[in-house]
Amino acid sequence: MNDSPVIKIQSLNKWFGNFHVLKDIDLEIMKGEKIVVCGPSGSGKSTLIRCINRLEEHQNGQIIVNEIELTNDLKNIDDIRKEVGMVFQSFNLFPHLTVLDNCTLALQWVRKMPKKDAETTAMAYLERVQIPEQANKFPGQLSGGQQQRVAIARSLCMKPEIMLFDEPTSALDPEMIKEVLDVMVNLAETGMTMLVVTHEMGFASRVADRIIFMDEGEIIEQNSPKEFFENPQNERTKLFLSQILAH
Amino acid sequence: MKMAEEKKQNIPGANSSGIKNLRFTSWIKQNFFSNVLNSTLTVLAVCLLYSALIPFLDWAFFNADFTGATGKECTASGACWAWLDQRINQFLYGFYPSEEYWRVNLTIILLVPALGYVLFDGLPFNKIGKWFSLFYPFLAAFLLLGGFGLEGVTTDKFGGFMLNLVAGLSGIFLSLPLGILLALGRRSKLPLVRWMSIGFIEVFRGVPLITLLFVAVIILQLFLPPEVTIDKLFRVMIMITLFASAYMAEVVRGGLQAIPQGQYEAAEAMGLKYWQSIRLIILPQALKVSIPGIVNTFIGLFKDTTLVIIIGLFDILGQARLLQSNPDWIGRVAYETFFLVALLFFVICFSMSRYSIRLEKRLNTDQ
Repeated sequence: MNDSPVIKIQSLNKWFGNFHVLKDIDLEIMKGEKIVVCGPSGSGKSTLIRCINRLEEHQNGQIIVNEIELTNDLKNIDDIRKEVGMVFQSFNLFPHLTVLDNCTLALQWVRKMPKKDAETTAMAYLERVQIPEQANKFPGQLSGGQQQRVAIARSLCMKPEIMLFDEPTSALDPEMIKEVLDVMVNLAETGMTMLVVTHEMGFASRVADRIIFMDEGEIIEQNSPKEFFENPQNERTKLFLSQILAH
Repeated sequence: MKMAEEKKQNIPGANSSGIKNLRFTSWIKQNFFSNVLNSTLTVLAVCLLYSALIPFLDWAFFNADFTGATGKECTASGACWAWLDQRINQFLYGFYPSEEYWRVNLTIILLVPALGYVLFDGLPFNKIGKWFSLFYPFLAAFLLLGGFGLEGVTTDKFGGFMLNLVAGLSGIFLSLPLGILLALGRRSKLPLVRWMSIGFIEVFRGVPLITLLFVAVIILQLFLPPEVTIDKLFRVMIMITLFASAYMAEVVRGGLQAIPQGQYEAAEAMGLKYWQSIRLIILPQALKVSIPGIVNTFIGLFKDTTLVIIIGLFDILGQARLLQSNPDWIGRVAYETFFLVALLFFVICFSMSRYSIRLEKRLNTDQ
């Protein structure tokens, strides 16, 4: 039984110039946990998860992923990125490659897999997200929901330990949100460690082990979904919930 | 069925060629005479074409002289093309020895597959073809310069359109990779790399090509010890390449800036290293977006090769000027020689243009 957390963040501080965007963040995530991070715009939630795979650099504090500390050491960064998959709000598929090539790219060039094996793995994951028939199409030919599912498959192909989701459904038309959330629920059921920034509270209550509320760069409150929705402690949390759940 | 046939017979002119005529005239009507303004412009354009084209054809063909030994024998009122069959070789090959023309011809013939394998995919013998393209520059150098059994030909004998092609094509193929490296260098986080790239780009962009050619030919010689002489043509080719790569760097940098930040991030997030993400993700997209600018630079570069006249190399334009001041032809062949030069340049530049449009269509994966 491994008791050390897969992600350990201690006294994390980050500034964008003079703007203090993350203030003394402390967070521990255990293997297999599903964490939903929510909060108003500008609260630093995206910045927080982007710090975990070094898309943003932190100035103060410690981030330890899978017992590797995240510093300027390029080797550490590369090792961490192999184990941390990320799904972006704007999908960020590579438009000049087919869906299949999008998925096999990292397998061939980072994990050094031969092409045939990479394609077999990729097709398996495309089946899991239920779009194997689109394998030879280009991203520009797919709908938003399909593109995001490809993005999820692309990250899963690397078989990461942790999956980060940065508002995965915020750029989707409402009728496509469900198909992506279904894939994420499915993924959660397989035991993947997931850290999801989202406004989809329905998803949070179904899947999350813990909901973290952030505002103005600080973690205001974190609790199990039941407690979070039924018994918000902080005034700001109550305000946020009233705005989010009103419609 | 019967109804349709009856209907067909009721339309005036309604046999199959009649319907084609109908379509053609309606196309003309739609595209040229759709309203008063368009109709006026159409009439104006036709008049302009008529007034320009007819005199031109008169000059170039109907009233022209095609035979004769000197300019004085060209008595026609139109163009004098008599020099063509005697002088065409100078225009194409410069001062290259005539017994060795076959080597230049062979080089140009082999250029076709070499270019073909670089520019097009999916040709038969693709793999061998690509290796051939890589090896071609050395083969071309051997064929043109000699050695190993072929008689040596010094570069001061290179001239005519062949010189433009040699200088232009080598400039084109070397300036693109160098320009890409400079563009990446300019965006680098390492201060030394960035400042050197900026310095190079601004210096080579900031001075006219003529000054660079002067520096290469005259000033450089002052700094080198007398025993060391680098071939004049090579110095020129190097300068043309460096000049073009400075322009190319900025074109490519524009393309790099057009790539959304998310592409860089997605590549990073999946663990690709810098050169991997540049090569696999960023450059294919950046170059595709930059094609108009890149081809523009190529075309400009190719035409800039005419500047070599300044340092005493006689490319096709230089040959034209030579013929114009030749006592046999003086005062008679100015328009004709310039016309030939323009025609040859147009063929090459237009081909580059058409290829680029084809390339853009092929790379457009949204459809």
